[in-house]
This record gives sequence, structure tokens and C-alpha cells, in this order.
Amino acid sequence: MEVKQERRSAFENMIPMTTKLMPLREAIGRFVKDGQTIAMEGFTHLIPFAAGHEVIRQARRGLTLIRMTPDILYDQMIGMGCASTLVFSWGGNPGVGSIHRFRDAIENAWPHELAIQEHSHADMAGRYQAGASGLPFSVLRGYVGSDLPKHNTNIRTITCPFTGETLAATPAINPDVTIIHAQKADRQGNVLIDGIVGVQKEAVLAAKNAIVTVEEVVDDLEAPMNACLLPYWVVSAVCVVPNGAHPSYAHGYYGRDNAFCKAWDGISKDRESFTAWMKQHVLGTKDHAEFMKSAGVTPPRERKVANA
Amino acid sequence: MPEGTQTQYTPAEIMTIEAARRLKNGTVCFVGIGMPSAAANLARLTHAPEVVLIYESGTIGAKPDVLPLSIGDGELAEHADTVVSVPEIFRYWLQGGRVDVGFLGAAQVDRFGNINTTVIGPYDKPKVRLPGAGGAPEIASNAKETWIIIKQTARSFVPKLDFLTSVGHLTGGDSRAKSGARGKGPTAVITDLGVLVPDPATRELTMVALHPGITWEQAKASTGWELQRAETLATTQAPTAGELATLRDLQARTAKAHGTVSSE
Repeated sequence: MEVKQERRSAFENMIPMTTKLMPLREAIGRFVKDGQTIAMEGFTHLIPFAAGHEVIRQARRGLTLIRMTPDILYDQMIGMGCASTLVFSWGGNPGVGSIHRFRDAIENAWPHELAIQEHSHADMAGRYQAGASGLPFSVLRGYVGSDLPKHNTNIRTITCPFTGETLAATPAINPDVTIIHAQKADRQGNVLIDGIVGVQKEAVLAAKNAIVTVEEVVDDLEAPMNACLLPYWVVSAVCVVPNGAHPSYAHGYYGRDNAFCKAWDGISKDRESFTAWMKQHVLGTKDHAEFMKSAGVTPPRERKVANA
Repeated sequence: MPEGTQTQYTPAEIMTIEAARRLKNGTVCFVGIGMPSAAANLARLTHAPEVVLIYESGTIGAKPDVLPLSIGDGELAEHADTVVSVPEIFRYWLQGGRVDVGFLGAAQVDRFGNINTTVIGPYDKPKVRLPGAGGAPEIASNAKETWIIIKQTARSFVPKLDFLTSVGHLTGGDSRAKSGARGKGPTAVITDLGVLVPDPATRELTMVALHPGITWEQAKASTGWELQRAETLATTQAPTAGELATLRDLQARTAKAHGTVSSE
């Protein structure tokens, strides 16, 4: 951890802070490499869809994808062959049902075999905290009686040196890159997250590099004193991508596109329609704005959405 | 309780209403998505306005006007007393012992109230890959008690789980207490047919009440093991007009807000 901090601050001194703002294509190209461990977080809220699509466009392969709640975005990345391993605690299309590409990968190894490391939410959250804290492992009162430890050698037990209690222990998560979406950043690259903050702060602080896409850049964040704020010097890149969390939501900006989430069920059900859709709308477009136009999605910030 | 009982209601409605009635005002309830969320919010909108609803997305004291489609919807944050991070909700509030009732759904349940939400078939070659654990393993082992709401069929009430995701009464007797799990474990399983509670000694789920018009034969046929019953089976109270109207209003508001997607 000490080594990591030294390296990080040396890096900060070398590069002017204004370089934190860069186009998404450049950020993904610069920081995301084949075979890396990548965490893209957002607990229903602020899911970094635009950034995930850019990873798909740049055809990254052999990634270990980490996410507490893999939903449509990871379904797309798995189906497009980006992932070799998935580390997660709940996979589904919330309120709709299964994610079909995820299931097809696990049940039928399509498009290729996908190794899984399965945990619980409490554990994944703790593993990110350990990673952010520079600790080698996380301890929790968890998995009692569960079959999960039988299928995941990363879930082990530890005896408390003070009480003698047996507790669960799992290794810290330290992603090569964490990618999140947030509402806004200032011109220096300080990032403000509002609403359901999930595990994003921990995931960013646990990572070697962090990419943050934001709805907008403002002169002054006007952040309340106790707000969830990530200072510019802990993030590697800040990219302005309006509607970048669509079809998930950005509190205060736009609501969840439930119609799209439901439509995804049909699009992703079979391999052919999935592949054709991804080729046309993601691979066939140059950025998120073009993607939305191609996919027939009205950019949510141009709509008035009730539950934003 | 509002006056007048209604004879026209669906199995899902009576299940939700029966579950809602059990939630006392002021209880701190960690709410699963789907049917638990519908029941918990119905309780809040009827007899338990001060019930404290906690969702794993970090919303404490959530008061959604419509049912959330997902556990992290903005609707939950909007009117919550406070919104904390996901690590905090699981560490301080759940493992810290602040939750009275953990309210869960399941794909499969066994005779001891253990839950499967992971796979149907073998883990390494599943027939059906289910979403997985989510918050349930720690809710089931840290809440002061848990309730399970699930449709009762021979496919969901199985003699042996394909995978034990979240602990109930384990192998019965004092096995849960010895396992290190905290809390009483499942104290009620509410189904579309009636209510089951664990036997005080064996901890095996025992049918203690049936919904109006449901027969013991039906319950037996809808259970994958030899179902035990109380000597006298109670009959649950049919939904009142007031309960039904509140639930249907909530469902209608929800459908309107979410388009055509159902919340169950």
C-alpha cells in the first residue's frame, strides 16, 4: 500500500491536473488493457454504460470483470467476449428477469468459457473496503451454513484472536482499473456523487487507476461538507459523457429507462439478435451520443422523467 | 383494520396482505426486492406508518411512493431518512445487529427454511443459473429473525435444495444455534396457500394456517416433502376492502410509473 501511494503521488506531480479531463476513448485506450482486472460499479444507479460500450468498441479481451450486481452492461460485455472471469454477488436485469448472455456463458460457455467467482453483497462491499484500506483481506460475519464457500476457494475462515469466534475472510479487491459514472466534476477533476452512492468510493480508492465519466463539468461543485466527493488526485481520468449512465439513472438528471431494460430481454434472448444489435449500435457507432441515436433512444436528459 | 372483507382477490394479493399484517409499527425491516418490498410498503401504508424500511442499496427509512423495480431505484433514496454506502449498510446496520426482521424471497426453500437463489441443477453445470446471493446470506444470519415469502409449489418447496445460498434452520434442532448464525432464523414462511412456522423442537416448517378456501390436501400436494401440520389449522383473515384498495392503488401507481414492467 505504501509503495502504491508513493507511485501515485509521484505520478500526480509529473502531470498537470488539467489532463484529468480527457475524451472517453482516450481514457479507455490509455488505461484499460487486455487481461486486466476491471471493476465497473454502480448499485442500479450511475452504471457506467457509455464507458463499458467503449471497452467493447476497443475490443478488450480476457478481462476479469468485477461487479456486485452485473446487469445489462456486463451482459453486453460478456456476450461480446470481453470477459474471461466474472467476480460478482448478484446477476440479473432488475425487475425484468434473467440476463441471458450471462446465463448462456455460464450454462453453455458461449461465446467462450466464463469462470465465475461468486460472493455475497456484504462480502464484496467488504473486499472493496479492504482494498481501499490497504489491508490484505476483509473479515465478515457471513456465509454461515451457505454452500458458497464450497465453490469459491477465496472464501475462507479466520479465528478471531480475541474472542476465538470463527469468521469469514476474503481477499481484498484491488482492480487495475475502476470505472464509475458520476453526476458532475469541476474543471480540476474533483468528482461529486449524489444519491445512492453504492460502493463507488471504495472501488475507486481500491484501484490502481480510476476512470470517471460525468454528466457535466461545472465551475463549482457546491458540494455539501459531507458529500461523497472524490478528489482529482485519486482519479486518473474524468470524461464528460452526457447520459452516460443510460439506461440506468443519474439522480437529479434523469430516471431509469425501464422500457429499454425490458426491451433488452428480447434483444438479448438469442445469440443472433444480440450480436446483430451490438454490431449495429455499439460497434457501428463512434460514441455514446451516436449510439443512442442509432439505438433509437431519446437521450434521457432531453426528456422529462418523473423519477429522476 | 378497516371493516368489511372482500371475496375477490388473487393468491398473490392475500400472500402479500398476510405478510404485511405481521409487520409491526416501528419494526426495523431489511427488505428484499419483489414480494417482500410490496408487503413491507403495504404495511407502511396501512397499520405501520413508522415501520423502518432498509434496502441494501443503503437507503434507511425508505418511503417509496411507488414500488421500486430495483433495489437501488431513486424512488428509495428520494424520501429516505438517510442514504448510506453499501459497505456501511452491511457492516454497521446489518452485521451491527440493528435489523429486527430480514424479509426475503427465494427460488427454493427446504423443510428447515434454508434458501436457494443460486442455481437449479449442479453448480458447475447448472440447468438454470439464478441471480445469486445478493445480500441474503448475511441478512439470513444477522437479522433478529427472518421471514420468507414464496409461492408454495412442489418445485419451490423441495426435499433437498440444489444449493444452500442462505441459512435457515440448517439441519433442524439446535444446528443453527451451533453454526454461529445470529438471530432466530426463519420464524414465518408466508405463501399463497397459508403460513408455516418452525416446530419449536425440530425446527421443521409446520403449516399452521391456510388462506380461506385452501385445503390441507392442496398444501400437502404443493410441498415436495411430507409436510407437517398443526393439529388445528387456523384460517387467515380474508383481505379487507381497505387492504386490497391500498395494495391495488400501490400496484397501479407502480405500473404507471414503470411502464408495463411488473414489480414482482
